[in-house]
Amino acid sequence: MLKSRHLLGIADLEPDEIGLILETAGAMTEIAARPIKKVPTLRGRTVVNLFFEPSTRTRTSFEVAEKRLSADTLSIAVAQSSVTKGETLLDTVRNLEAMAPDMIVIRHPSSGAPHLLARLCRSAIINAGDGMHEHPTQALLDAFTIREHKGCIDGLKIAIVGDLLHSRVLRSNVQLLNKMGAHVWACGPATLMPADLPRFGVRPTTSIDEAVADADVVMMLRIQHERMHGHFIPSTREYFTLFGLTPERVARAKPDVVIMHPGPMNRGVEIDSDVADGPYSVILEQVTNGVAVRMAVLYLLAGQEAVTD
Amino acid sequence: MKMLLKGGRVVDPASSRDGEFDVLIQDGKIARIGKSLPVDGADVFEVKSGWIVAPGLIDIHVHLREPGQEHKETIATGTASAIAGGFTAVACMPNTDPVNDHPGVTELILRKAAEAGLARVYPIGAVSIGSRGDQMAELGAQKAAGCVAFSDDGRPVASALLMRRALEYAGMLGMPIVDHCEDPSLKGDGVAHEGFHAARLGLRGIPGVAESIMVERDIALAELTGGPYHVCHMSARQSLRAVRDAKARGTTNVSCEVAPHHFVLTDESLEAPIRYDTNVKMNPPLREAADRDAMLEGIADGTVDVIATDHAPHHADEKLVEFDRAPFGIVGLETCVPLVFDRLVHAGRLGVVRAIALLSTNPARVFRLAGGSLAEGVAADITILSPDAPITIRAKALKSKSKNTPFDGWQMKGAVVATIVGGKMVYRNEAL
Repeated sequence: MLKSRHLLGIADLEPDEIGLILETAGAMTEIAARPIKKVPTLRGRTVVNLFFEPSTRTRTSFEVAEKRLSADTLSIAVAQSSVTKGETLLDTVRNLEAMAPDMIVIRHPSSGAPHLLARLCRSAIINAGDGMHEHPTQALLDAFTIREHKGCIDGLKIAIVGDLLHSRVLRSNVQLLNKMGAHVWACGPATLMPADLPRFGVRPTTSIDEAVADADVVMMLRIQHERMHGHFIPSTREYFTLFGLTPERVARAKPDVVIMHPGPMNRGVEIDSDVADGPYSVILEQVTNGVAVRMAVLYLLAGQEAVTD
Repeated sequence: MKMLLKGGRVVDPASSRDGEFDVLIQDGKIARIGKSLPVDGADVFEVKSGWIVAPGLIDIHVHLREPGQEHKETIATGTASAIAGGFTAVACMPNTDPVNDHPGVTELILRKAAEAGLARVYPIGAVSIGSRGDQMAELGAQKAAGCVAFSDDGRPVASALLMRRALEYAGMLGMPIVDHCEDPSLKGDGVAHEGFHAARLGLRGIPGVAESIMVERDIALAELTGGPYHVCHMSARQSLRAVRDAKARGTTNVSCEVAPHHFVLTDESLEAPIRYDTNVKMNPPLREAADRDAMLEGIADGTVDVIATDHAPHHADEKLVEFDRAPFGIVGLETCVPLVFDRLVHAGRLGVVRAIALLSTNPARVFRLAGGSLAEGVAADITILSPDAPITIRAKALKSKSKNTPFDGWQMKGAVVATIVGGKMVYRNEAL
């Protein structure tokens, strides 16, 4: 049982709830292996995917998860929505709610947008990424992938490298990994570190060599080209020199290290192609697991809703 | 027309008067202050034991929103809010639509204020045309029309050269420049104090030094020019230190104000009780505990001259949006007195006399306004307070047109009993 009917962030989940989601996701992977990849669990339920930011991976992953659970799904992208006509987020969602959906999956550029909806709307809200705040299903699928390879998370050295400041993947992952007992190192340029980073429960460093040394897992974060405009980095070339994950740097990690990336990747900027496509990379497994984890979340929240309503 | 305020503790920091006196008001002025004055046909208002008779409170930093943003506030509703909060006078910022950079706007404001007939309204003119920071507004014409100070509030005077010239020119007119201190490049698109809580919530930060860098620049220019200079809504400990240091080295033309929310709340309010509550979004932002504590110290040690509310009404619809899209600001006129008494006086940080000085005597001095004292012969602008009365803030019950306050439901001690402007009791709290 999950305590909340919403999934807003890892911040609100207890370790046993995280465990439950990961266990359930394990059961869901079996469905993808069947010839008919569909179960009737969410038949008659309506899920709205409301994406205010461009997204291929996450949106598709949610859609596939919903369809495999037999939900009726509806995906709305911002470009076609009435938001461009000056409607507020709340009005947009209240209009959608007038058509009685059960769940709303939202991706929004403003941190806290799903929390606003959870406070003022009827539907169960699933956060598919809010600004620089959280991306809980990404952290859950990352944890699922790590457990598949390492058996557990407790005690692992996990290095997260890249644009820490703007990353919701970092914020969700740090909380989840800390709750599960990992030792998390956060590495990036001094210009791209959040204020008070040690209070996040990580070891901060500006040395990627130090971060990846003897690491069990290295998680690379995307560096956006726009960051050059805010004086964060001088160039992507220099960024790669100082923070790019090269085969030489991978060699400093544990022999059975796994390399992760939430995508989309910038090859040659934060990660060398030889690493991205190399034997330690589990980047495509992450995408596969994303469907199972999102099925688990939808399933658990749907059951939750039936119990509470 | 005579009114006798009978009994109560009269506190007038300007004359160092503090004791049990009666106050006789006649023809809109204070006629006599003395012990056991004869009634002699006057209407008697019984001031209960424990109540305080103070010079009318003056808020030198409010946004009345008229002209142009009447859906947020009007001069009538804003001054109704002022008197309910115990303020007999307010100075209103020029970031209206159009910006008050012209005597026509000043005259409109003064006419609307006279029509409302509640609190006195002192317009603050823009430093630059449109507050755009390019060309100085006609400060002389604005002074003649009734402005009492100049500010581009909402924005800083970004150009050091314009700030220098404005201080020189306004100084010539005997008028203060009031700066919203914020380095635009360091502020960037920040929406909350740069610290742990904003970092955790993924909100773009505004560091305290974005403010203090400009305070330091302005103090240097004030010392260069000798023009009277006042720091708006100070929030960062580094800014406070800059003002304290300036005063310590003998600079007398620098003053500063702090808003109640900056000595009461911190950036922890971003996370609780409501995460991403847009009613804790203001500029400057709620800062961390060290900054809040510095404001409390500055108030206690006299570095802070004035408590001003930065009353910033916004319509509920404007605040009911994503945090980073919401406008900055909260209403403050009706929550100031309870916060000052509950959090400063009853908390033992400040005596009643100093509290009245910060809310009345000093604002009058800094802006060179009439008022701020209880002397025989001056206009009878008087606020009667009940420091021990319990009060619960109810956002819905506020007189302001807007209800954007983070203090809804707060229970405190310290209430306004009555507000008298020009000898007329314009507000009476019937609950007391």
